[in-house]
Amino acid sequence: MKKEEIENRLHNIVKVYLPQDVNSKDIQPDSHLMQDLGINSAHLVDIALDVEDAFDITLDEKDMEEMQTVSDSVHIVLRKLES
Amino acid sequence: MSKQILKRVVITGMGVVAPNAINISDFYKALKNGESGLKYDQQLADLNFGCQVSGTPQLTDEHLVKYFTPLQLRGLKASGLVYGVIAGKDAFNDAGLTIADKDNALSSFGIIMGTGQSGGEKFREAIHLIDDGRVRRLGSTSVIQTMTSGISAWLSGELGAGNVVTSNSSACCTGTEAFIMGYERIAYGNATQMLVGSTSDSGPYIWGGFDAMRIMPTGYNDNPDQASRPFSIDAAGFVPGSGAGAMILEDLDSALKRGATIYGEVLGGSLNSGGHRGSGSMTAPNGDAVQKCIQQAVIQSGISNKNIDAINGHVTATGKDAYEVSNWVAGLQLTDQFPYLNSFKSTIGHCLAAAGSIELVGTLLQLKHQEIFPNQNITELHSDINAIYPAEKLPTKVVPTDIDILIKASFGFGDVNAAVVLKKW
Repeated sequence: MKKEEIENRLHNIVKVYLPQDVNSKDIQPDSHLMQDLGINSAHLVDIALDVEDAFDITLDEKDMEEMQTVSDSVHIVLRKLES
Repeated sequence: MSKQILKRVVITGMGVVAPNAINISDFYKALKNGESGLKYDQQLADLNFGCQVSGTPQLTDEHLVKYFTPLQLRGLKASGLVYGVIAGKDAFNDAGLTIADKDNALSSFGIIMGTGQSGGEKFREAIHLIDDGRVRRLGSTSVIQTMTSGISAWLSGELGAGNVVTSNSSACCTGTEAFIMGYERIAYGNATQMLVGSTSDSGPYIWGGFDAMRIMPTGYNDNPDQASRPFSIDAAGFVPGSGAGAMILEDLDSALKRGATIYGEVLGGSLNSGGHRGSGSMTAPNGDAVQKCIQQAVIQSGISNKNIDAINGHVTATGKDAYEVSNWVAGLQLTDQFPYLNSFKSTIGHCLAAAGSIELVGTLLQLKHQEIFPNQNITELHSDINAIYPAEKLPTKVVPTDIDILIKASFGFGDVNAAVVLKKW
């Protein structure tokens, strides 16, 4: 899967969890999910589950801890798909 | 407490999700016209329930999106939570209150929305995932959907409550109990507005236990709107229902200052229990306690028995209906002058934890419109009722009449009682 497609899919996953005052255009590669996009910490759990479903992968504790920004997430997915 | 004078408390907002209507104006019409919300329930049939009739609110996706964001709706399976959020937000809006700003909760606004248990369907999903060793797949909403106080916590987040936020639970008394608890909180000066009420899930996991106890009717699966027959000689058990009722209780001074619509005044209420003593048990009421509860509500309200114009009973359509009526007669010492007496369960069934609050909303609509709504499905008055209560006071058609004071009671599983006295505003 191309990086671009992963980014697209992640964008679509993340935008569902944005607070009402954050626009989906604000989702940039270096956006921090909680600090920049204002995503509730409880929802990071749901994002991880959606990512698992979207790419048919399993994320462990370490992956989830590393998933701080959008590009972190892209790298983790790439790594999982390649392994 | 004794040093202070109790504040006067009025009702300034209402919301309802009932088997026969999902908003206040439709609920008024449905109760007035005796429209049944009881339907054949395919899911109960598929699961071999004896009773295949239920009163399930008819919500559509179009309706849901007015109250929930797409994100909130994802994986949302707790039907009671859904009903409670809709009724609670409607009551808040109906009262004309303003949601808290981003940084400051409303310190004098609290919430007591009770329930029996929340999100049976969600809990079932969680149990399967946990038993499969996949606990991390539960996601983040399992807790809010299955915890008893989930409904109050959710509404608090939506509205910004800064006073007490809790959920009570006392079976079929839950809604009436929440109402009385909220009333007391305001009467004692500890809150200005309280969102009170209750909610109850739909579905086999909440109703199954009652079917197993064989206290639901099994002979009306082909005639669902005939299944619930309060006061009738052929009452065959209660029909399971669900939904939510919510009301805003408010300090009278605040309500007047805001120019709020006032549906009625709360004069007083009483809560007690029969302790499974005397005639009481887990499932049967201790009649002495029922009578005491009614009497205490009257005494606390500072009225006399003969001031009561109408009774909205619990009356579930079981073999115990006549016993309840006899407790009203004895409790209020009725001899020659009888208040109107009705039950809404013929059209909405028994909404369990939501029964008290949904019926309180209906009772307040009677007070507001000065009408007694009809009892349905009385083929012939039960002979034990007919012997002690005049048939014309159990109306089967809507009765426009002067209602100054009305008493509503709920009696619950576990031998618990709640009664509240309301006055026209």
